[in-house]
Amino acid sequence: MSTTLPPADGYAVDRSALRHLADAQVAVELDTGDMILNLGPQHPATHGTLRIVVRLDGERVVTADPVIGYMHRGYEKLTEFRTYPQITTLVNRIDWLSSFANEVPFMDAAERLMSIEAPPRAKYIRTILTELSRIATFLLFLGEMGLQVGALTPAFYGFRDREYVLNLIEAATGGRFHPNFNRIGGIKDDLPWGWIAECRSTMKVVFDACDDFEDLVLGNEIFEARTRGIGIIPDHVGASYGVSGSNLRASGVDWDLRRDGPPYLVYPDLDFRVWTHPDGDSYSRYWVRLQETREAARMVLQCLDAIPSGPVMAKVPRIIKVPEGEIWVETENPLGQMGYYLISKGATGPFRVKIRSASFSNVSIVPWLLRGVYVPDVITILASLYFILGDIDR
Amino acid sequence: MAAIPTLALNLGWGTTLAIKTIVILMIIPLGAIILGYVFLLKMMSHMQSRLGPMDPGGFHGWYQLVGDGLKFLQKEDIMPAESDRRVFAAAPAVVVMSTFLVFLVIPMGPDLVVKNLDVGVFYALAVSSLSVIGVLMAGWASANKFALLGALRAAAQLIAYELPLLLAVVGVVIQAGTMSLQGIVLNQQHGSIFGWNGIGEPFILTQFIGFALFLVASQAELTQTPFDMPVAESELVSGYMVEYTGFRFLFFFIGEFGTAFAFAAIAATLFLGGWAIPGLHGDLANILGPFVLFAKLMFVAFLMFWVRFTYPRLREDQLQALAWKFLIPLGLANVLLTGVFKVAL
Amino acid sequence: MPAKPSRPKMPGLIGGLGVTLKTMLRPAVTVQYPHEREAPTPRARGVIALKEENCTVCMLCARQCPDWCIYIEGHKEQRPPRREGGRPRSVSVLDRFDIDYALCMYCGICVEVCPFDALFWSPEYEYSEFQISNLLHDKVKLGEWMETVPEAEPLEVGAESKGKK
Repeated sequence: MSTTLPPADGYAVDRSALRHLADAQVAVELDTGDMILNLGPQHPATHGTLRIVVRLDGERVVTADPVIGYMHRGYEKLTEFRTYPQITTLVNRIDWLSSFANEVPFMDAAERLMSIEAPPRAKYIRTILTELSRIATFLLFLGEMGLQVGALTPAFYGFRDREYVLNLIEAATGGRFHPNFNRIGGIKDDLPWGWIAECRSTMKVVFDACDDFEDLVLGNEIFEARTRGIGIIPDHVGASYGVSGSNLRASGVDWDLRRDGPPYLVYPDLDFRVWTHPDGDSYSRYWVRLQETREAARMVLQCLDAIPSGPVMAKVPRIIKVPEGEIWVETENPLGQMGYYLISKGATGPFRVKIRSASFSNVSIVPWLLRGVYVPDVITILASLYFILGDIDR
Repeated sequence: MAAIPTLALNLGWGTTLAIKTIVILMIIPLGAIILGYVFLLKMMSHMQSRLGPMDPGGFHGWYQLVGDGLKFLQKEDIMPAESDRRVFAAAPAVVVMSTFLVFLVIPMGPDLVVKNLDVGVFYALAVSSLSVIGVLMAGWASANKFALLGALRAAAQLIAYELPLLLAVVGVVIQAGTMSLQGIVLNQQHGSIFGWNGIGEPFILTQFIGFALFLVASQAELTQTPFDMPVAESELVSGYMVEYTGFRFLFFFIGEFGTAFAFAAIAATLFLGGWAIPGLHGDLANILGPFVLFAKLMFVAFLMFWVRFTYPRLREDQLQALAWKFLIPLGLANVLLTGVFKVAL
Repeated sequence: MPAKPSRPKMPGLIGGLGVTLKTMLRPAVTVQYPHEREAPTPRARGVIALKEENCTVCMLCARQCPDWCIYIEGHKEQRPPRREGGRPRSVSVLDRFDIDYALCMYCGICVEVCPFDALFWSPEYEYSEFQISNLLHDKVKLGEWMETVPEAEPLEVGAESKGKK
């Protein structure tokens, strides 16, 4: 087997070598100077059951091939036999760290097919909860990327500060991780008494946490040495692979569906800034997500100031049947662009739902990105891309 | 320790030797447990906003490490099938042995030293680098390519950081004028800062570069973050210790924390004045000396572990570049400056 | 270059040490379960309680459950008429109402679709068992959970609907 680098337009994997890597264990095969390393499905560095088959030449990666599907739960098949409220529950679990954000595009699609619009108060509450789940998942990212790079402490800060946000979500929806709060036509319940004040004080905690992460991780010269210039995604390459969200914005592409896509929720009424960074390396991905966390907290405060009073549920028939039609709705989820293509044939459940998840496309750049990097940098790059396995495999 | 004769007890040569042996043998596990509990379990936990073990033993979980040690003792002794059995078994012993040997020269009081060697500093540094052999033995005997890679990385790191360690110590030796550790302590006790001898003359005031170098180099010698690439936990494999379980792993663990204890003790002796406080002499010094040394040692260990829990880790090439391109020139400059000041002033 | 944060920064290495020291000196946030417990919010989805007298065996909850974890059996009985001269009423009587918490997704669809307010959420969460078969709560046990169901709480300023559990 040759040790030359694969052609520049893609990657080439020697399939015969992969055939005897059947099991998920750390297997090493010396092969005329090339070593095949299995970053197996069980690994502390991959966020879930992702397997990356890496061929090494000494300390450098020659090829890397991600093997996904270990967590495939058959969402698109499940949705064929479920009603809309049931699907809302299931869809929470695609990206489980920012679970409210998964429901939003699906509900949007169903409501548009029904030509129903949720009342303004419901839209504001949906926006607040979406941004809260964005804060929750980014706080975790800020912590655990420090962990992947070697600092033990930021991970605990990430989990600790995330607890406050999760408690808020639980107070409103009843579930910390799986809110299941969206309904066609609005949301399930209104907010409990005292929630807005508590939300404001939690945003203060979030701002303090972001300052802490800036001091502890971002400003750390060792972190900079580990992440600057590592895993650079040029903007055109990222866009061609379908990378979206903070990963693309960290490469300098000024694209955010909340501002640039078709309007959804109350984002047209909010005043927010889209953060980009010109470098495109792992440092910039961390930096962009830190700024976006602060921006999300500011957006929550804006929504809390502007939230109108009123009902939270529009007039919907008792048995909801979405009329026939097809629609594609895409939103800016914390991990990237998530979209639902909904085909309805007029029943109580959809005929077909196609889920475009952000991490699936984000992971597709891994073979291109990992060529020629050192082995410790593989971990840094995977951590900075921030994919969730549930989002990749659905 | 020849402590007992000055307290008006006359013990024979054999009894003294037995006491010395027992104390040295006990000090490493005890030191490891104390450091492990205070810093690894409690300080790290509080830095991470959590409590650490609270239940074992009732009072803030003091029993946790003792229980862990006992648990390790009763585990099955597994050796890889293709490993070199004798080397595999000997490697942890070599690593721990080097730590024991360092304690032979650390003074804990005017008479509380096992052997007051005239070349104490030289001996301590030489003996502490024996652990490199142990690491290489562990990596090789594991019959695991990743263990071997980890061991080679670790050995390269340990050897690279021996030099800054040495250069930091050379500055102290030049200033003190002696290589004997007891002599260095007495020098600091009887020294004075611009004529005021309230706190003696701890060498950290003039050798601050040396102190910083010593801390960084000892951090690397212990393979602690930010230099823990050989034993990186969230990396691919856990380095040269990957095939070790049970009692042998306990040896490595005790070796790591015991060596931290030893390096902190050496740093406290060289830079902070060791067991000495000005005005403390004779029998009182023999009783209070160990406690004073312990307090200073804990301060140094606090600094080391504080850095360990805060910083991410350096990549292997960055680590080597830091040692060869930055720390060694800095150490040489420190030696030069110390020599100039010592001769000129 | 991106905008630098506006606060002045010390050399990053020292700033990081400051953060950990600051955190060390503050009390830890750990709640030492089981010696101390945090109270979950009243809306927390802990366990489902059944008010048997409201249930009319309409089977809506069992049908809407995404996991089909509710098992209902009932039969019809004849009751005497309420007034003289009326005809006998047929009433559905609940024989069996089991919720299998090993399957339950805690989504709340059953509580929501029940037209007769027979199911309620309770924030009680400490009911783990050693045997998984004990996670099938029958109607007696589900009735016992009714005592833990909190009162309907007031809603936030600006809400229109009344508080509903």
